[in-house]
Amino acid sequence: MIIRRKTKKLKILLISSILITTIMSCNNEKVIDAKDISVSGTMEAELTAPPNVPKPIGDRKAKKLLVNMEILEQEGTMTDGTTYMYWTFGGTVPGSFIRTRIGDEVEFTLSNHPDNKLPHNIDLHAVTGPGGGATSSFVAPGHEKTFSFKTLNPGLYVYHCATAPVGMHIANGMYGLILVEPEGGLPKVDKEYYIMQGDFYTKGVNGEPGLQAFDMKKAVDENADYVVFNGKVGALTGDNAITANVGETVRLYVGNGGPNLTSSFHVIGEIFDNVHIEGGSLLNKNVQTTSIPAGGAAIVDFKVDVPGTLILVDHAIFRAFNKGALGMLKVKGNEEKQLYSGVMQEGIYNPEGATLQEMPDDGKETVVVQTGEKSLAEKIASGKSLYNKTCFACHQANGEGIPNAFPPLANSDYLNADVKRAISIIVNGKSGEIEVNGKTYNSVMTKQTLTDTEVADVLTYVYNTWGNNKTNVKVSTVQEVKSQH
Amino acid sequence: MPIISRISFCILLLCTSYANCQPRMEEIKGGYYIPLYGRDSLKVQIPDFNMDVYPVTNQEFVLFTIQNPKWRRTNLIRLFADKSYLINWETDSTIGDKQSLKSPVTNISWFAANAYCECQGKRLPTVDEWEYVAMANQTQADARTISTFNEYILSWYEKPKTFNNEIGSTFKNYWNVYDLHGLVWEWTSDFNSVLISGESRKDVDNDSNLFCGSAAVGATDLMNYAAFMRYAIRGSLKAKFTLKNLGFRCVKNIENK
Repeated sequence: MIIRRKTKKLKILLISSILITTIMSCNNEKVIDAKDISVSGTMEAELTAPPNVPKPIGDRKAKKLLVNMEILEQEGTMTDGTTYMYWTFGGTVPGSFIRTRIGDEVEFTLSNHPDNKLPHNIDLHAVTGPGGGATSSFVAPGHEKTFSFKTLNPGLYVYHCATAPVGMHIANGMYGLILVEPEGGLPKVDKEYYIMQGDFYTKGVNGEPGLQAFDMKKAVDENADYVVFNGKVGALTGDNAITANVGETVRLYVGNGGPNLTSSFHVIGEIFDNVHIEGGSLLNKNVQTTSIPAGGAAIVDFKVDVPGTLILVDHAIFRAFNKGALGMLKVKGNEEKQLYSGVMQEGIYNPEGATLQEMPDDGKETVVVQTGEKSLAEKIASGKSLYNKTCFACHQANGEGIPNAFPPLANSDYLNADVKRAISIIVNGKSGEIEVNGKTYNSVMTKQTLTDTEVADVLTYVYNTWGNNKTNVKVSTVQEVKSQH
Repeated sequence: MPIISRISFCILLLCTSYANCQPRMEEIKGGYYIPLYGRDSLKVQIPDFNMDVYPVTNQEFVLFTIQNPKWRRTNLIRLFADKSYLINWETDSTIGDKQSLKSPVTNISWFAANAYCECQGKRLPTVDEWEYVAMANQTQADARTISTFNEYILSWYEKPKTFNNEIGSTFKNYWNVYDLHGLVWEWTSDFNSVLISGESRKDVDNDSNLFCGSAAVGATDLMNYAAFMRYAIRGSLKAKFTLKNLGFRCVKNIENK
């Protein structure tokens, strides 16, 4: 025990010296042992739901910080039409962001909602102590536990539930981030966001509708159905995208809850100016992709120089395009033609959604047995869900497309002119020049492996939305087009 | 302190009469089995005993509080239950309007459950007894290796508010006993004898307790995960705790067979 304590002291000394050489070298402040930082006053911690983070600590003195966190087991949306029973810290996945500074004395109260079925606890990687607090915070439903710790090491740390079976608690969403800022705080930036990757294992395959149960076998095999940012598909896309203006600096606090997969975190169209590797004090510069282990984190920052949509991905790329690990940072402002000419490439590296894709060909599909035709309303409802899974990444949420890259589906003369051509493009794919609403597009649309009914549904939705000609596309028409090849 | 404990002992023993219509029990044929924490060398012997077919219902407990005023919410000594004891009941002996008389009684402390069973001339089951009966699915006494059975148990953890369901709404198992899985957790007499510290990874190395967590953690079969969660919830309890998802049933020894 004595030996252990000595090693701990040594570790703290070592960390202090690293502190001196790295973080503090710029402002030449005298560093004192974090254990000796005295606290003055008490304050309640601001907790935020992702993708937001609390206000920076700035030059605030160390305080006694009260953190109150509630555990909720609740059903939430995994993707359109699919729900999941999430176990959460504070009602969100990832859990609420906790922001502290070095030397704070955190008094942590963990409450387990009475409706919950299971006991839970919390292991904060920022804690120096047995189980990271897990031993002291093990709490039955309808009860609460309080423990306290002093933040001794600056950095970005994961917290998670560590109750048996640990893997299942994490797989159901019980993780989040706690930031310990160094003395004086991190350098100022214009925008800060909170992003956390996690892998999910469901009874049904990706996209299967309804409430999906946790699948233990798949979790053990590390065969994820969903790999997502912030707990669900689309948590950071479309209207939920994070934003910045040209010229601003953006800092992302990125964690990986796992339980299994390491993240190859990458922002398409951006280079990280600084990366706090593994969330620690070591800075790397000019990084394209940073590796974030399960149960680890990284702080990345960069300046956004040109307008457009930056795509956040796990660059283990099938996870991004087929399992959901995809987010967006929308940058507004004036074009900087010198920095970026504005011509977009073909659609190879653009999000395609979860549906399996194939390159265009003249494949001779066998005809599928005709099923009963659904009502218009049913087709539109189902089509909308399909659209949001399969089409929206390129054609965008309101069918507006992306200028010069992906043609619009809203008020589209090309679409309204010929239903069978539209069906053929979905079924067989399309490449080469086309003219839509007076503008020329030259892109690739991959062949979509949708069923005949799904093609009819999604097209009916598109035709009955955004000012198109309200065609009700029949399954038989889809089959007719297919059989023509 | 000694006086208080003596008083409490008396209170536990003093109970006026019991219900005339005793709930149905089924005979459980005893045997040997290896519990979650066990090893081959550590088989547990279960003698024959009788078990309630259903968990104790709101209706049965209402009757109990009428006959035994000291177990009414307003009379109860705080030592014996936390403040959420029967919290959803309308009054001392009427249930809430969203509750059903045929639902299992929950928000019950161990003390209350224990006293109830004693008044019936019964007792709470031990963890080993409870787990022994709970190994059974509809057709087999030990269904622990059957994946659909384990999936059924696990799926319960994802269904909210099952405490509002009525008794008998799950399946009848091999022993003709209902609702061991899928309705509520149940108290056992020695719920805290298998210790989980709350830090399950620590338990892996912890041979001093009856807990061989490493086997369960390393296992790929689903059974261990389901059982693991039951041991986790038991480990988180204290005898005065009352939970919305925690009820109980009684068992009885078979005498002079």
